[in-house]
Amino acid sequence: MFKKITRRAGKLTAIAAAGLLAMNVQAADPIRIGSFLSVTGPASFLGDPELKTLEMYVEKINKDGGVLGRQLELVHYDDAGNASKARNFASRLIRSDRVDIIVGGSTTGATMAAVPMVEQAKIPFISLAGAVVITSPVKKWVFKTPQTDRMAAERVLNDMKARGLTKVGLISGTGGFGSSGREQTLAAVQEMGGIEIVADETYGGSDTDMTAQLTNIRSTEGVQTILNFGFGQGPAIVTRNYAQLGIELPFYQSHGVASDGFLELAGSSADGLRLPASPLLVPESLPESDPQKPVVEAYKSEYEARWNSKVSTFGAYAYDGLMLAVEAIEKAGSTDKEAVRDALESIQGHVGVTGTFNMSADDHNGLEADSFRILEVQDGGWKLIN
Amino acid sequence: MFSEFLQYLFTGITIGATYALIALGFTLIYNASHVINFAQGEFLMIGGMATVSLTAMGVPMLLAIVLAVILAGVLGIALQRLAIAPAKNADVVTLIIITIGASIFIRGLAQLVWGKEYHVMPNFSSDEPIEIFGAVLNSQSLWVLGIGAVLVAVLVYFFTRTLTGKAILATSMNKDAARLVGIRTQVVLMLAFMVSALLGSIAGIVVAPITFTSYDIGIILGLKGFVAAAIGGLGSGMGAVVGGLALGVVEAMAAGYLSSDYKDAVAFSMILLVLFFMPRGLFGAKIVERV
Repeated sequence: MFKKITRRAGKLTAIAAAGLLAMNVQAADPIRIGSFLSVTGPASFLGDPELKTLEMYVEKINKDGGVLGRQLELVHYDDAGNASKARNFASRLIRSDRVDIIVGGSTTGATMAAVPMVEQAKIPFISLAGAVVITSPVKKWVFKTPQTDRMAAERVLNDMKARGLTKVGLISGTGGFGSSGREQTLAAVQEMGGIEIVADETYGGSDTDMTAQLTNIRSTEGVQTILNFGFGQGPAIVTRNYAQLGIELPFYQSHGVASDGFLELAGSSADGLRLPASPLLVPESLPESDPQKPVVEAYKSEYEARWNSKVSTFGAYAYDGLMLAVEAIEKAGSTDKEAVRDALESIQGHVGVTGTFNMSADDHNGLEADSFRILEVQDGGWKLIN
Repeated sequence: MFSEFLQYLFTGITIGATYALIALGFTLIYNASHVINFAQGEFLMIGGMATVSLTAMGVPMLLAIVLAVILAGVLGIALQRLAIAPAKNADVVTLIIITIGASIFIRGLAQLVWGKEYHVMPNFSSDEPIEIFGAVLNSQSLWVLGIGAVLVAVLVYFFTRTLTGKAILATSMNKDAARLVGIRTQVVLMLAFMVSALLGSIAGIVVAPITFTSYDIGIILGLKGFVAAAIGGLGSGMGAVVGGLALGVVEAMAAGYLSSDYKDAVAFSMILLVLFFMPRGLFGAKIVERV
């Protein structure tokens, strides 16, 4: 009994001491930025560069004096690409870590799992995932940095129209990315008019040969160009089959394969194909007048110098997310959640790596389809078209 | 019209030849032990990945292929010695589950060693496709078909003409009787695992220029190979070849003439149909129950 009382007393003093300490450091309390990312697991190619980017820029901002005179503190968890884990971590960030803003959510699944908690807790959340459902319809507390697949589809279709190609053969993967891309392409075609889909084929994520589908498209009456919406190694196989079949129609791919890894897989058969992509792939060919040029070049060189690995467009989403959060907190002058949210929604002309963000009450993404650049593969490298 | 049909046929035969090679590996181990080795797909992966990484280190292609095949063979022996042999008195289902565990282990190891990216391997001969009546054939497809045919011939010779091959067959028919006539059944089993690993890795290497290769390529190709073996009748070499080709051609025709959405569904309904009307598969052994 006596032991128990002393133990309790000891505990109480410890708590009191901790409280006093906490009071002492109150003035220099850091701004807590919460994050849950898919650093391991199947989506690690997203989460890994994202976490590296967040760590590196939080460090850099702190060295430069922090935000509003306060240091930033990054609290992050690895959801391993698992939506229910993402939900738990979002809850932990809100309830026990009491973060001021969340920048994270590598995949659409993880993001959407966290959205209800975020909305309920009324905390600003900047997602790094692609799908259009995240910000459409607009959710009061949810923002995102990557362009949607709808914009990619519009960008490609516009480029086709500009070249006078109006009959499109569509081939897409049956995975999440491909099927969402297919739906958005069909919807965009409906809305734009003056262009039509004349063939609509699909392939499975682990298929090893798509010549049958491509043969079908090629023999479709009047087809003028082919668009492939897919992710992973599938589009590279489509590209190789395309070259083997000797199809000479102009060929488009989606932003899903805008990486140097794709060029390596597809080899010389990729020559001549076009795709929408981040300017991060071609920083040196951006014109001097381009406002994004210095931002893109700085991010690329800083990332590559710090981590000694190639920069990726996914890391850039985290860069934009963090910078938007910082700008919103500075604008709001405090970390009051309502004020930060309002500031975030009113950000105009924020030049990021992905594009120039113009947020508004009914656009929580703030990017235009034009933020995608159309690139063409030439001699095994990327060439900026427009 | 005809050129389209021919194109679908070429596509189907190429994929089908791959399935057939994998199915042969299944058949071999099944014959020796009645175990379905679900790590068969991993041998495929080891063949492809080891060749790619060795060539990346500057080893000449041919030597890299030989080394990769040897590596797979050693792995096959290790699998039998370290995972199957210690459980020799367990029943077949337990052994099958052990092979599933082994496949997950090998895949995890490969992911650690080689990473998760897809890799390319150059075609064995020219990159130029061959054109026949308006349809095109990847030159690598000929390699797949040719090497497949050679392997089948070698296997037939091995099982019907050599003592070792006959020993494997004897072991599969009656383990106890085989032991009585002086066959060391554990060695025979080890041999079967090694040969099937060699077969799998060769298949993995010849198809790698077409399918690319990565640490997880074995899952789906292994599964399709198993399906082909089941259609042909487990245990029949002829059945494995016919089953593989049939599966590939049906898949390609379904993608071409029906809908690419349903091509897998068509292929898998085919197994249902075959197994429904011929439960032992197309070339399965007749079972005579002795009373």
